[in-house]
Amino acid sequence: MFAYIVRRALQSVLVMASVAFVAFTLFQYMGDPINQMVAQDATLAERENLRRVLGLDRPFYVQFLVFLKNLVTGNFGFSFRVGTPVAQIIAERLPATLELVLVAAMFALFVGVPAGVYTGLHRHGALSRFMLTISLIGVSLPTFLIGILLILIFAVVLGWLPSFGRGQVVQLGFWSTGFLTTSGLKALILPSITLGLFQTTLIMRLVRSEMLEVLRADYIKFARARGLTNRAVNFGHALKNTLVPVITIAGLQIGGLIAFAIITETVFQWPGMGFLFITAIQFVDIPVMSSYLVLVALFFVIINLIVDLLYFAVDPRLRIDRSVSTH
Amino acid sequence: MRYMMATALAVAMAVAPAHAKVLRYSTNADLLGLDPAINNEGPTNAMKTNLYEGLLYRNFNLSLAPALATEWSQVSPAVWRFKLRQGVKFHDGTPFTGADVAFSLTRYQSEQADMRGYMATVKEINVVDPATIDFVTNGPDPILPQQLPLFFIMSKAWAEKNNTTQVVRGTSAPTFINFNANGTGPYKLVERVADNRTVVEPNPLWWGKLDNGITRAEFRPIANAATRVAALLSGEIDLMYPVPSQDKQRINSSKGTKVLEGPELRTIFLGFDQHRNELLDMKGSGKNPFKDKRVREAFYKAIDIQTIARVVMRGESRPTGSMVAPGIAGFSDDVDKRPAFNADEAKKLLADAGYPNGFPVTLDCPNDRYTNDEAICQAIVPMLARVGIQIKLNAQTRSLHFDKIGLKENRNTSFYMLGWTPGTFDAHNMLVNIVTLDGPGAGQNNSGVYRNPKVEELTLKAGTEMDAKKRNEMLVEAQKIHKDEYGHIPLHQQTLAWGVRDEVIDGSVKPRPSNDVDLRQIKMK
Repeated sequence: MFAYIVRRALQSVLVMASVAFVAFTLFQYMGDPINQMVAQDATLAERENLRRVLGLDRPFYVQFLVFLKNLVTGNFGFSFRVGTPVAQIIAERLPATLELVLVAAMFALFVGVPAGVYTGLHRHGALSRFMLTISLIGVSLPTFLIGILLILIFAVVLGWLPSFGRGQVVQLGFWSTGFLTTSGLKALILPSITLGLFQTTLIMRLVRSEMLEVLRADYIKFARARGLTNRAVNFGHALKNTLVPVITIAGLQIGGLIAFAIITETVFQWPGMGFLFITAIQFVDIPVMSSYLVLVALFFVIINLIVDLLYFAVDPRLRIDRSVSTH
Repeated sequence: MRYMMATALAVAMAVAPAHAKVLRYSTNADLLGLDPAINNEGPTNAMKTNLYEGLLYRNFNLSLAPALATEWSQVSPAVWRFKLRQGVKFHDGTPFTGADVAFSLTRYQSEQADMRGYMATVKEINVVDPATIDFVTNGPDPILPQQLPLFFIMSKAWAEKNNTTQVVRGTSAPTFINFNANGTGPYKLVERVADNRTVVEPNPLWWGKLDNGITRAEFRPIANAATRVAALLSGEIDLMYPVPSQDKQRINSSKGTKVLEGPELRTIFLGFDQHRNELLDMKGSGKNPFKDKRVREAFYKAIDIQTIARVVMRGESRPTGSMVAPGIAGFSDDVDKRPAFNADEAKKLLADAGYPNGFPVTLDCPNDRYTNDEAICQAIVPMLARVGIQIKLNAQTRSLHFDKIGLKENRNTSFYMLGWTPGTFDAHNMLVNIVTLDGPGAGQNNSGVYRNPKVEELTLKAGTEMDAKKRNEMLVEAQKIHKDEYGHIPLHQQTLAWGVRDEVIDGSVKPRPSNDVDLRQIKMK
């Protein structure tokens, strides 16, 4: 077990280094950050001077090695655009993204699972069909369009919710939270629905098909034969057994939510990491882009590790197999 | 706590817009930072103009007005003398003196200052007496006063106290000066959160008078155009720009919102490679057709600018024959007249030049820099195909485009699109950057290497000519020669569009030609 974690951790370092390398290679083709930083009539000497100051005149591999060296010491460098340390900017933006992802994931679970159960139990009901139609929209419409549609309805036409921003936030130490104010909570609604809609429909469809599968199983028939209530059969036995794949998918999707938050954050001007990344791309802000990509890689690696460890916990067969193979 | 209460107040006021004196405005990108000596970019400089002042101020009509200096004159060819306004205080209460001007100069002229171009010709500043300073230039500089609105004066004592006397950027950039400000300007900084909001309030110590009704202004960037429109329509912001073309009607037809339009100062044009002996797309031919004036004329006349204005720009452009916009010093109505569109004549010109069947060439174009930039190029492709030119369109993101046509890749282009706003509001700046090569700092953006000795001479002379009338004649003559040679193809000036909530924004407000917000020029009802 311990050896497994160590092995995975070493693999993770390799994954992150590769991501950093690929990212850095790509940045060579993104254009010149200097163009974004100087006036259009800046002289060549001024441009070269700035290039030297920023260390961009050094060869590619030197820049990469310096970046790696700094990364190991926890120094992410300075943003070209904002002029503050990247670590500080990411620390400022991380709470916004994580709160958004948390609410979106909650929305996906608490709407997706009950809706999946309902449509699984009442396959031909009118409400089921309605929910399935809605879910089709959620799967097929692109995120930015859903966001704009929600803004049009709830901000422009009805005027109930804000169309952009995070509302008023409260600072709890280093963490800025929107959970403690009315405007902060209102601001969370539209972006989290936009971000979570795809996951909601995914979970709903997953739960539905699993339910349909499980309800045909023998032990459900025996449970009914024993005279258990519908409630006990549907939720105590059927739902419990559908949840194993759902938990796996939901766990993996959290990484996806963090990564896909880019589009939602851009539509809603949400001051999180995804928005930071988009502006960094437009500005060719190499330190921010590379740090973001390495960080997202880290998230994925951690989530995958946790999911793998959950398999150990859930499935005893796996534990025995692994311990045998490590001998 | 104070900020939280202020925000709560702003939120409360947003609910009842009739009483709002809070101006909330937005554009598509955040300010780059508040350091006066770096971040030389339009909207950023406009915010700095709210917080800091130069010796002079630029009015809405681009003329100069007294600010920290009350009078100015030229005492000898290389010396400009300024009388300083007395009794002026910085936001923190320290008095403004000539020493602050001299200190600001050292900051502007330090190695890493992006704004150093504005003070490039200044040798030194001498404090003659507490009310008088002299700018000594490296030779006659007729346009020094034009540079002064963007030479922001900061407090020496404050900079020393906060350890920001040096301009540093990049790997060890101090952040204090980008998030704090202490100028003499009519507004003082309340709060700045990057990518989120920058909040200012009127400066009670300001020497002038503010009667625009604004008690607080919040700048809140919104990158997504559709969201920005929605925020205006839902009343969450009062003023925003740019307005996407397709949303103008919606804004105008909604109750309480309106689109304001005005001309912009940037001129969009096409340029040709007139330097290489062989065109990049004609390898092995040994020919560069653009060296022939008839070919350039044919290209000029083959482009139907009125159709571009009507269809691509939806009427939001002002077709032009001039490389500078009206309002820029040196603009001439005569130069502005465009030779008429005539495809048959273009064909004939090409045949005369020895290209009856045309030739292949790549058009380099940005796709995220100017209004409809890629669409304009896409419209030009069939227009030139009609006269036999085989155009390959290469549209790409701005950073790659500017690398390709710029000095970084040694002007790796045969035919390209570029836009230019003279930073000094003077045609001389355009001549230096776009159509000449010889003078100091010249030819940075002369990507096609256009060269004419007479134009070079006139541009050099105008650079030091102190007689305004003579100087203007030189600028116009240089532009005429360039036009008669079809050195570039000027296309148009874009129209700029602001969306406002006309229930709170006064009817007298007009969009600034430089497309940024100077709060003094905004009025609330």
